[in-house]
Amino acid sequence: MRINTFFYSIRQGIRNIGRNKMFSFISIATMSACIFMFGIFYIIVTNFNAMIENAEKSVAITVFFESGISDERLEEIGQELYRRPEVADCVFVSKEEAWEYVKENYFEGREDLAAAFEGDNPVANSEHYEIYLSDVSMQDALVSYIETMDGVREVHQSAKIANTLTDFNRLISYVSAGIILILLAVAVFLISNTVSVGISARKEEIAIMKLIGATDFLVRTPFVIEGMIIGLIGAFIPLALLYVMYEKIVEYIAGQFQFIGTILVFVSAEELFHTLVPIAVILGVGIGFIGSRLTVHRHLRV
Amino acid sequence: MITLEHVSKSYSAGIPALNDICLNIDEGEFVFIVGDSGSGKSTLIRLLMKELKPTEGTIIINKQDLKKVRHRHIPKFRRNFGVVFQDFRLLKDRNVYDNVAFAQKVVGESNRNIRKRVPQVLSMVGLAAKYKSYPKQLSGGEQQRVAIARALVNEPKILLADEPTGNLDSNNAWEIMKLLEEINERGTTVIVVTHNMEIVKTMKKRVITIQKGVIVNDSCEDEQDEN
Repeated sequence: MRINTFFYSIRQGIRNIGRNKMFSFISIATMSACIFMFGIFYIIVTNFNAMIENAEKSVAITVFFESGISDERLEEIGQELYRRPEVADCVFVSKEEAWEYVKENYFEGREDLAAAFEGDNPVANSEHYEIYLSDVSMQDALVSYIETMDGVREVHQSAKIANTLTDFNRLISYVSAGIILILLAVAVFLISNTVSVGISARKEEIAIMKLIGATDFLVRTPFVIEGMIIGLIGAFIPLALLYVMYEKIVEYIAGQFQFIGTILVFVSAEELFHTLVPIAVILGVGIGFIGSRLTVHRHLRV
Repeated sequence: MITLEHVSKSYSAGIPALNDICLNIDEGEFVFIVGDSGSGKSTLIRLLMKELKPTEGTIIINKQDLKKVRHRHIPKFRRNFGVVFQDFRLLKDRNVYDNVAFAQKVVGESNRNIRKRVPQVLSMVGLAAKYKSYPKQLSGGEQQRVAIARALVNEPKILLADEPTGNLDSNNAWEIMKLLEEINERGTTVIVVTHNMEIVKTMKKRVITIQKGVIVNDSCEDEQDEN
């Protein structure tokens, strides 16, 4: 392809959008709506993932032991748990450390009351392992396994929030995938329609081009470029909107729901858009390419 | 330059549009093709341009057997021709210069060559001063001159003119025919399809008459017979 032909095709593609304003506008609007919805779902799913990850880090299974368990057995259990793939960390908390924790958290400012227990640790039977998981979805299976271990008296788990987030995230992923697929199909259809209208409007020009000796490539490419530009514009508009909106919404939510501030961990806009921008651009340009190419092949048998 | 050997073309069951046509046009010739509406003239033009495939027979243009020209090579093959139509077929949203330059752009000509060649060809058809005008600002004759300039700008070997004077008054028609004659004198093979028998008789060129898909008269063969 000659450089002149390349630039000619791009110029014609841009002019097609101008000549075909109404349909181009509708296509860009639909594409924008589609990418906007995609962006919203992407942002929700990504943030939920971040929250789950954060929750997983703080979720611990607590393993208590039968009284009189030997130090060797305690060590064995610790080693065994630490070797499991779903376990991120396994921390032993002695009865002394457990008592210190109780004193700090429940007797703060009332050291006199705590002193009454001096020499008689009320949580003497509370030495335990705190297990942190790398994958919270494995928690139930791990708890069942630990309960069967020799010397284990009781297992506590505290993953309700993480489990709920995981389930909710999965639901949102399925719903968003469904909605996005429908919107993508609509966008392909509308771009195809816009390109069809452009082809009909330029039938005479195309006929002349063919008779003069224009190649298939030269006749078709401006229409494909038109579709790709529509896709590109349709991707950048919602990206700009989402970028402006994101930080404000995060700020608002963080302000309104301070009481669950430890759960609400938002991904930074930079990190989020670092991935979202290329995905949205590829999606927009890709849909534009597919929609226009299908139409051009159907209508322009050169 | 152009050879048709026993060429027939049928669109569907029924009378063939062209039937067993044998024809030879040499390089640099000026040929009129005449015949009534529906006689097969347009089919002949479309066969030459490889817009249609013959049902039977062989067409050889510029030493190329059209059967062997692959689909992807058709655009390059068509660059052998410049085409002029009765209704001019100019792009209404572009001025004279751009209409002519368009033909060069679609074949990938460089901007430098376009800037050099377009004024030359506009000057040749007598429209150098009107290069900024839009088609609707021109008379029918001027529009046809622009169409001829567009057909010539890529320096084709053959100029096909399908009823080039059909929409013009007598004066403009003669001017266009004179222009085509000048083009022919510069070495381009010119084939003119027309109804205008007055022009045909006056110009004294080779005349091929087609009726109901068959060549019923070829003045060139008559001359050869007489000789």
